[in-house]
Amino acid sequence: MEAILFFIFGGLAVIGALAMVFNKNAVHSALFLLLTMSMIAALYVLLNAQFIAVAQVLVYAGAIVVLILFVVMLLGAELGEKIPQWLTVRNGVMVLLALIFLTISGTAVYDWLYSTQPVAGTVTDELIAQQGSAELVGQSLFTQYLLPFELASILLLVGIVGVVMLGGWRFVQHRERGK
Amino acid sequence: MIPTAWYLLLAAILFSIGAGGVMLRRNTLVILMCVELMMNAVNLTFVAFSHELGSMTGQVFVFMIMTVAAVEAAVGLAILVELYRQTQSVNIDDFDSLKG
Repeated sequence: MEAILFFIFGGLAVIGALAMVFNKNAVHSALFLLLTMSMIAALYVLLNAQFIAVAQVLVYAGAIVVLILFVVMLLGAELGEKIPQWLTVRNGVMVLLALIFLTISGTAVYDWLYSTQPVAGTVTDELIAQQGSAELVGQSLFTQYLLPFELASILLLVGIVGVVMLGGWRFVQHRERGK
Repeated sequence: MIPTAWYLLLAAILFSIGAGGVMLRRNTLVILMCVELMMNAVNLTFVAFSHELGSMTGQVFVFMIMTVAAVEAAVGLAILVELYRQTQSVNIDDFDSLKG
């Protein structure tokens, strides 16, 4: 049962990713990206990481894809490139490079399979069922990883300031001068 | 119980598709989407190892990566909007003003 679900979700994720790359319309690409991200969220549920699954839906599907869609429609950039045909020498080389990369990473997975298995940690499926995924993530986030957590908030602040400087500051100055 | 290696292979496939998309496409918006896809593939690897090793560290890492991805998408799209105002194009071949 679990394996069937894995193949359904994983297959849909791969199909969505391929459709995203090989689609001429950027809006369709963004919607296929949404499909892939939702399927990855479902895979997180299969991996017993419910909190990360919800965060994935909120942050990626809810915020990032919507932001990308807004920009695509704002710019009217659905067809930002002319694609005469896919089968060119250059594209063939690029696909070959991606396949070489896939081979290398597949070899790494194969090596890992036959290396010595590390000792299992303390967080078992029973513990997650007992305490909850969000509680366990929060526990390590607010004790062991408190400093990275605080630094992440500074990163978000820098991001906000940067976006305001890039996007809207000129209009604010313009309006001030107008008064 | 699904072997962890299957998740790793799926993540490798998704990452390769994303990397291929970054190289194939010329539309900057689609390139940004492919970068997001690559980050998602890495997240999947982190969560798979977190499940395999029975540790929460991988999931905390995913949390941090999501923060970075959100900031990256916002700043990247703001830069792209500004570039579009300058060049009236989103084709990455038109963004060559840093070329000497």
